[in-house]
Amino acid sequence: MITKKEVEHLAKLARLGLAQKEMEEIQKDLSLILDYFNLLKEVNTEGVTPTSHPISAKPYLRKDEVLKQPSEKIQKLIELAPQKEKGCIKVKSIL
Amino acid sequence: MELEELTITQIHRGLTKREFSARELTEAFLDRIERFDKKISAFLTVTKDISLRQAKKIDELVSRNEEIPILAGIPFAIKDVILVEGVKCTAGSKILENYIAPYDATCIKKLKSQGAIILGKTNLDEFAMGSSTEHSAFFPTKNPHDLSRVPGGSSGGSAAAVAANFCSFALGSDTCGSIRQPAAFCGVVGLKPTYGAVSRYGLIAMASSLDQIGPITKTVEDARIVFEAISGKDPLDSTSVQYPISNIQYPISNLRIGVPKEYFTCPVGSRMDSYGAKGIDPEVEKIVRSAIQKYEKAGAKIEEISIPYSTHHSLATYYLIMPSEVSANLARYDGIKYGYSTVDQKTEKPKNLMDVYLKSRGEGFGKEVKRRIMLGTYALSAGYYDAYYLKAQKVRTLIIKNFEKAFEKVDVIMTPTTPTPAFFLGEKTQDPLSMYLSDIYMAAVSLAGLPAISIPCGKVAPHHFENRHNTRDKFNRAKYGRGQSGGGLPVGLQIIAKPFEEEKILTIAEMFKKL
Repeated sequence: MITKKEVEHLAKLARLGLAQKEMEEIQKDLSLILDYFNLLKEVNTEGVTPTSHPISAKPYLRKDEVLKQPSEKIQKLIELAPQKEKGCIKVKSIL
Repeated sequence: MELEELTITQIHRGLTKREFSARELTEAFLDRIERFDKKISAFLTVTKDISLRQAKKIDELVSRNEEIPILAGIPFAIKDVILVEGVKCTAGSKILENYIAPYDATCIKKLKSQGAIILGKTNLDEFAMGSSTEHSAFFPTKNPHDLSRVPGGSSGGSAAAVAANFCSFALGSDTCGSIRQPAAFCGVVGLKPTYGAVSRYGLIAMASSLDQIGPITKTVEDARIVFEAISGKDPLDSTSVQYPISNIQYPISNLRIGVPKEYFTCPVGSRMDSYGAKGIDPEVEKIVRSAIQKYEKAGAKIEEISIPYSTHHSLATYYLIMPSEVSANLARYDGIKYGYSTVDQKTEKPKNLMDVYLKSRGEGFGKEVKRRIMLGTYALSAGYYDAYYLKAQKVRTLIIKNFEKAFEKVDVIMTPTTPTPAFFLGEKTQDPLSMYLSDIYMAAVSLAGLPAISIPCGKVAPHHFENRHNTRDKFNRAKYGRGQSGGGLPVGLQIIAKPFEEEKILTIAEMFKKL
């Protein structure tokens, strides 16, 4: 059973502002779902390599260079930000 | 036959022979959406202006006697998780309610260059997380076969739109059945290509090692046409691959079909039952088995096989890997770059940066999305990483190997797409695990990155539900009425092959109607 304190900690790590009721629901749901995962304990995975990518294609790398983009395209992206100033995205002070 | 019922090839013929114009065709679809989508709620956005503008161009080409590509003038719908430049793309979420896509997804660019006509964007579970389209932040979509039931999900709007003849075909995305399951529930064809076959550029990411775009269509032939148009390598998606689509013939007498016993057995009362899996509906099993028998009668060899860990263990593996990737992918919704932000709201102003994150995400995301972000954060967090995420990645390797072993003996694998036909609206929303279980037959295929198709293979007769002494059904009937599935509910047959063998499953799926 996952504790309330753990749920609060996770919510903070995930940057999710959750109401008290949501915390309780998630605590209950996570416990049930985590219980289902116990199934995997019976699988012997000793010496097995983990898979992060199902199809082993050759990795595709492009040159690490800045691709010049038309200014309208940049403008379009900036426009989507909730707060902007002089063509920049505005953020609350970090430090 | 109504214009809206035609297949892609039939429309193409009609357009080139000038039996109807692209404008007439587009208007017929728009009119049908206008009249009937009030009942179904398949669309989030209808792009009438764009579609009529595109149609005009096609009509000009035809009038100049120019040759047009096969998809020119074919009206289609797009799951609202794929970007179309200048059109809202919500991902079914409040957090992107007013997001206007700044560019086209690669698959959209390809379809636009052929002249396919964009009718609109279809409803889905928020960020494609769900199996019923009830997790949409806006409204649920109904199953055209029975309005009291779900269309499946997460591409429920796309599948319902195809089934209701609101479009000629639709695009969906499949992370763990989100194309195949709604296709099965709505009685249409759904192809999940091999991981990497279709570029994911412009697809709003959910779980990047699993997500794949694919077609939902009326026929297998249509699925082939759309798949050929959208697949291929794209420099903008490093996981995309190019491989030849060959027109190899598969004589049915040489065909070996594997039928994994795990997909047909989960008797009530077994250990799995404690997780809420009631096993396969006996009527569904009968229909799927008789579909497989048709192949056998035509000369194919049927072999009972076993693919260890390919049902419950796969689903558990999936529900560790997917949320982990979700928790990382959805970190981008921060209330700063785009989408819903608490700084725009009239409520109390955020005090600091942390406050912007917590409130924007807390207010913008829905319940299921939050649940999965939390689950993923847990699986990746210190102390649990090895026991959960790493363990799941190792089991994933075993699942891939078990499929490889199976494919040494057989050419394709056939299973039911889902254990039951479409369930009632509201039936599973309060019980996340039982909702997850509706994807049980699709998880292993997704984890292994394999191509799979769901084709309609029969219908469960309506009286089947009338006779069942199922308390859950009784409860739902009391709550939602008896249902209107007068013509029965569709059942899907899933056909699975090795990576990059779309051609094979399409060919074998196409045989079905002739058997």
